[in-house]
Amino acid sequence: MAQEKRLMKGNEAMGEAAVRAGCQAYFGYPITPQNELTAYMARHMIEKKRTFIQAESETSAINMVFGAASTGSRAMTSSSSPGISLKQEGISFSCGADLPLVIINVQRAGPGLGGIAPAQGDYFQATRGGGHGDYYHLVLAPKSVQEAADLTYEAFDLAEQWRMPVMVLADGMIGQMMEGVSFKEPKDPAKMPRKPWAVGHQKNREANHIASTQLDPEKFNIVIDERFRRYDEIKAKMQRYEEQECADADLVLVAYGTSARVSLGAMQMARELGLKVGMFRPITLWPFPEKRLSELADPKRKFLCVEMSKGQMIQDVRLTLNGRSEVSFFGRSGGLIPTEEDLLAEIRRILNK
Amino acid sequence: MEAIYAHPKSLKPIQTKYCPGCGHGVIHRLIAEVIDELGVQEKSVLLNPVGCSIWADLYFDFDSVQVPHGRTPAGATGIKRMLPDHLVICYQGDGDLAAIGTGEAVHAANRGEKFTTIFVNNAIYGMTGGQMAPTTLVGQKATTAPFGRDPVDAGMGYPVKVLEMLATLEGTKYLARGAVNNVVNVRKTKQYIKKAFEAQLRGEGFTMVEILSQCPTNWGMDPVESNAWLESSMMPVFKLGVLKDELSVSANKEAGK
Amino acid sequence: MTEKTFMAGFGGQGIISMGQLWVYCGMKEGLEVSFFPFYGAEKRGGIARASVIVSSKEIASPLVTTPDSAIVMNMDSLPLCEENLKPNGIMLVNSSLVKTSPKRKDVKVVNIPCNEIAESIGDVKFANMVMFGALAKATGALKLDKLEEVLVSFFGEGKSKFVPLNMQAIEEGKKAVAV
Repeated sequence: MAQEKRLMKGNEAMGEAAVRAGCQAYFGYPITPQNELTAYMARHMIEKKRTFIQAESETSAINMVFGAASTGSRAMTSSSSPGISLKQEGISFSCGADLPLVIINVQRAGPGLGGIAPAQGDYFQATRGGGHGDYYHLVLAPKSVQEAADLTYEAFDLAEQWRMPVMVLADGMIGQMMEGVSFKEPKDPAKMPRKPWAVGHQKNREANHIASTQLDPEKFNIVIDERFRRYDEIKAKMQRYEEQECADADLVLVAYGTSARVSLGAMQMARELGLKVGMFRPITLWPFPEKRLSELADPKRKFLCVEMSKGQMIQDVRLTLNGRSEVSFFGRSGGLIPTEEDLLAEIRRILNK
Repeated sequence: MEAIYAHPKSLKPIQTKYCPGCGHGVIHRLIAEVIDELGVQEKSVLLNPVGCSIWADLYFDFDSVQVPHGRTPAGATGIKRMLPDHLVICYQGDGDLAAIGTGEAVHAANRGEKFTTIFVNNAIYGMTGGQMAPTTLVGQKATTAPFGRDPVDAGMGYPVKVLEMLATLEGTKYLARGAVNNVVNVRKTKQYIKKAFEAQLRGEGFTMVEILSQCPTNWGMDPVESNAWLESSMMPVFKLGVLKDELSVSANKEAGK
Repeated sequence: MTEKTFMAGFGGQGIISMGQLWVYCGMKEGLEVSFFPFYGAEKRGGIARASVIVSSKEIASPLVTTPDSAIVMNMDSLPLCEENLKPNGIMLVNSSLVKTSPKRKDVKVVNIPCNEIAESIGDVKFANMVMFGALAKATGALKLDKLEEVLVSFFGEGKSKFVPLNMQAIEEGKKAVAV
């Protein structure tokens, strides 16, 4: 049953959702704009006698998560863009070892140290396997504090279901803003079933080895093929999106997270002007919701990809539409959030109205 | 009849891939013997590091976890916090511990993480083929120090004395350095390992046993020469013995009985 | 109904808590709400701004760029608020500190001497609550019909002793808006 609504920052709401999902261990390193999340976990994990460590680095934090996840425990870390870069080594190893764990990225503007304002420049890194090697993992993109909480809560289940890291890709706006949010029922970590593949409590079974190495190319090829069959299954079952007023649309805005909020506003303003504009919002960035987006392709319909970057998701949009519709881009970077008014002006320019 | 030899239960009865004269095999056996003596095979988890001992999971007959190079103490932290009643062994080489993973090692030690690090110091990189290690001796040759480690003109630094460095941290409770170049040292090293494991199972702070070990292949020696070189060249720099013992009285009493 | 408000002042004037209380009250009245703050890098005395929205439907961008109402708590905030405010929007000005009149003629300006009113209650710190009451009255966006109950849960048990004075400040603010 949903609880009464609370007014919370996105960062804190993701923390509360993780605690309720039965997260047994949190490891993190301070970085703006996600510090409230680490602080929230410090207070609530220690209070509940679960594990919280402020690690000495992002690299250590993700590997502490790796260790905790190896025991079958629900474990997570959170950070923002530069910190997520440091975690990529651990994420690649986690994918290679098929470990379930949760990573939250409250994106800020990059490259480099960049700024602390909201951005969406980590799309490539998140969806292309940001570390070395041939892999993917689930990427969930919330548009609101409520959805940030819901997706964080669910991320722990999805990680275990698919045996892979799950990244919640938020941004500084989602992390810092306050909205009303209600939470799902708390789960008791003590009651979670023991994982047959996990290390520890080795009674009446062969030893378990959590590892990502395989030096025999023939054997390694088989392992990777098997993993990619799982990826295919995820692509078939896990594509999620939200669609608004696309049926009659001459122009469809494609956006995720904060950009989708701006797009919704611009779409509503355009509709008031009598312009047929719709919105398509990917919720899973990997797998990208290509099935439905592909159905929307039409030579008479245009698409406008809206991002807080110089254009990253637009590559997936173009690949999906495969030349059947015209695709253009509208974005702001450096930590700027596009305004509904500027986006409306672009919509009117494209539609010549 | 009295049994005078048995293969440890915790070690698989197979031949290792380690080079002739390599110290890893002996060290593996010591760990396995202690685990058997403590009866904790089903409650042990080993972290096998990047380096030659990445193969450790082939030989130890209990659970293992392999993390990225140098992140072994971070991984061990996560495991031990989740499984506080288990024996968690962080097996590290000199590159893993004292080069790429120095930060992880120092901070795990400082937090007083309750696992045991077995630090195998052979003053060279083995698996990658004889590069300079943080513990390579001054003047010792390596593929990346072809004229010998030169701390001054070439700016290659000095051998890192890990235990001495960690001894200043309040989180460390037991730090000892052994070697596996002769029977006496092997036996002493086993005692150190046992004391560290017992302390861990009691829930005391960070424990580490550094073990000076041979790498004949990359030292360019035969196994017998390498035993002698370890004694003549390594031991004067890395002094054997217990460097720090702040274990509780009960731990010391038990070890002494 | 959607009321987008832009609040601006300097750090320490209670801009952030005013915005948070506004959306908290909105949430308790069953509305969708969003609150997005912006601070300067300074911990004290820098700029403090908040984008605040209460609405009966799903909120689009939480970033308020063309506000329906603007709160100008100090001099420095006036030009910015004047630039963004929607035509026919409401501009609530803290006339205790803002001595210049807005140039725009297409907006409704409401002058509230927040600091003086707050001082008459007992502490200039209540200036933000005076403005809060004025905003509720001038926009009609919130009913504030269960104010006491909401304030108690907003401040928490520990600080509930401040509730009566805050309520008084909000009431004075409402009264200061000419009908």
